[in-house]
Amino acid sequence: MAKLNLKSMKKSTKDHIITFAMVIVVYIIVQTMITTGNMSSLMQGLLVPMCTYSIVAIGLNLCVGYLGELSIGHAGFMCVGAFSSAFCTKLLQDSIQNEVILFLIAIAVGTVAAAFFGFLIGIPVLRLRGDYLAIVTLAFGEIIKNVINVLYIAKDENGFHFAISDGNKIELSEDGIWLINGAKGIAKIPHLSSFTAGVIMILVILFIVYNFVNSRTGRAVMAIRDNRIAAESVGINITKFKLMAFTISAAIAGAGGVLYAHNLSTVTATPTNFGYNMSIMILVFVVLGGMGSFRGSIIAAVILTLLPEVLRGLKDYRMLIYSIVLIVMMLFNWAPKCIEMRQRIAAKFKKSAKKEAA
Amino acid sequence: MALLEVKNLGISFGGLRAVDGFNITIEKGQLYGLIGPNGAGKTTCFNMLTGVYTPTDGTITLDGKDITGKKTVEINKEGIARTFQNIRLFKEQSVLDNVKIGLHNQMPYSTLTGILRLPKYRKVEAEMNEKAMELLKVFDLDKEADFLASNLPYGKQRKLEIARALATNPKLLLLDEPAAGMNPNETKELMETIHFVRDEFDMTVLLIEHDMKLVSGICEELTVLNFGQVLAQGKTSDVLNDPQVIKAYLGE
Repeated sequence: MAKLNLKSMKKSTKDHIITFAMVIVVYIIVQTMITTGNMSSLMQGLLVPMCTYSIVAIGLNLCVGYLGELSIGHAGFMCVGAFSSAFCTKLLQDSIQNEVILFLIAIAVGTVAAAFFGFLIGIPVLRLRGDYLAIVTLAFGEIIKNVINVLYIAKDENGFHFAISDGNKIELSEDGIWLINGAKGIAKIPHLSSFTAGVIMILVILFIVYNFVNSRTGRAVMAIRDNRIAAESVGINITKFKLMAFTISAAIAGAGGVLYAHNLSTVTATPTNFGYNMSIMILVFVVLGGMGSFRGSIIAAVILTLLPEVLRGLKDYRMLIYSIVLIVMMLFNWAPKCIEMRQRIAAKFKKSAKKEAA
Repeated sequence: MALLEVKNLGISFGGLRAVDGFNITIEKGQLYGLIGPNGAGKTTCFNMLTGVYTPTDGTITLDGKDITGKKTVEINKEGIARTFQNIRLFKEQSVLDNVKIGLHNQMPYSTLTGILRLPKYRKVEAEMNEKAMELLKVFDLDKEADFLASNLPYGKQRKLEIARALATNPKLLLLDEPAAGMNPNETKELMETIHFVRDEFDMTVLLIEHDMKLVSGICEELTVLNFGQVLAQGKTSDVLNDPQVIKAYLGE
C-alpha cells in the first residue's frame, strides 16, 4: 500500500526535477556561451524576452490547463504588471540604490497589481458557466492598453499631476519628470532585468505552481475542470477556487510583465507588445507545449521565440517555416499515432538502459 | 429522531409540477429505496435534497437541522453525499486523487502551506493518502489506485463514485441508480458492498433503483413515486405487493 503511494509520488516529483534540471542546464550552457563569446548580441537580446514569455505561458497554463478556463487577455495582466512596476521603480530609483531590492519591490508591486485586476475581473465572470472569461479578458486586454495610452502622470516639486487624454494640460515645472507620458509610455526605466534574474524567477514560479497543483487546492481546481457538478457535490466551493487559480495565474503574468518592462528603457503599450496578438501568441505556447504541462510551455515559448530570429536569413520563407513548425509541434504533441510512437521509443530506451545496467 | 425528515416537498418548473407533496422519513442506519417509473421525479427529489434545485415548497430536515434551500456545498458539509445516475468522476485524475478530492474538506491545511510545502502539508497528505487507500480497499480498488479514473471498467467506476462520496464523511448517502448498466454478478457484489457500507460506516442509505432484485434484496422500506407524487410508502414487501404499485410500475 505504502509502496504504491511512493510510486505515484515519485513519478510527479521526478517530472518536476526534470523540469528544474532542464532550466538550470540551459542556463549554464547559455552563460558559458556568453562568457566564451559564442553568442551573438542579437541572441543575447532575446534571452530576457524568452524568460518573460515562459513565465507568462506558465501563468496562462495554470488558467487554461488546470482551471480549464480560456483567457485571451494575459497580455493585459502582463501590461498591468509592466506599467505598475515601472512606475514604481521610476519613483523609487533615487531613494533606493540597491538594484536587487528595487527589483524585488518592482516584482512585488507588479504581481500584486496584476493579481488585483485578475481578482476584480474574476469576481463576476468566474461565477458564470461557459466561455465568458475569454470574452471579458479579451476586452480587458484591449481596454487596459488603451487606458494607459491616454494616461498622463507627471511629478515635480508641486507634487503629482494627472491628466487623461490630453498631456498638454499638465504644466510641468522645469525639473519635473514624466512618469507616464500617454502613448509614449514610461521612459528611462532602470535596467534591472537580466537573464539570471529571469531564470531565478522561472525557477521560483515553477516551484510555486508545481506545489500549488499538487496540493489540496490544486486538486480542487482540477476537480472543477473535470466535473463541476461532482466537485460541488463533494463540497468544493467552485467560485472560491476558480477565483484563486485565476488570480494566481494573473499574478504570474504580472511578474512576467515586470521582467519585460525592466529589460527596456522605454515601455509603451502598443498592440505588438501588449495587444491581442501577444495574448494569442502566449496561448499558442501553452497549447503547443501541452495544456497542463509547465515544462512544455517553457519549451514552446523558447523555441517559438527563437525561431523567427534564427530564420531571419531566409527572409520571405520565415513565416512559412514558422507555420510548418507550429503544425509539426501540434502533431508531435497531440496526434494519437505520434503519442504512440513516442511511448514506443521511450520504452525502447528504457529497455536498452536496463540491459546496459545488467 | 429521524435522520432525514422531508415534509411536503414540491417543485415547479414553470407550469410543470415535477414533484408534489413528497414526504419521507428515514431513520438512522436504514436502507431506504426510492422507486418509480421513468420521469416520476426521483432524480429531481435527489437534486432537491442535495441543493442542486431549490424546492418551491416544503422543508428538508437533516438530523434536526433545517437544510431547505441551502447550496450544494453547504449541504455536503451538513452531511449528505451522493452519486450520479450518469457517472461523474474526475476522469483525468488518478483513482486515489478522486478519493482525495472527496477528502478535501477534511484536510486542515491552507493553500499557502501547500505552496510552501511546510511539514504540516506532508503530515496531512500522508494521513489522507492512508485514509484514501483504506477506503479504496473497502471497494477493492486499491490495486488500481494509480490508474486514471476513466480507465476503470464501468462497474469499478460506480464503486469509485461511492468511495468518493463516502470520503466526504456524510451522515446520509444518496445513490442514484447504482446498479445501472451492471451485470447480475456485479449487481450482487454491489448489494454486498452497500450492506457492508451500512454496517461498517454506520451509514444511512437512500437509493434510487430500477433493479427490483436489488431493491427487494437490500431495502428495508420503500417509497414509490409516480407522476411526481407518492404512490405508496412502507415496508418493502408490503409496497411491492400493493396492487396500485403493481399496476403503475411493476406490471401485472
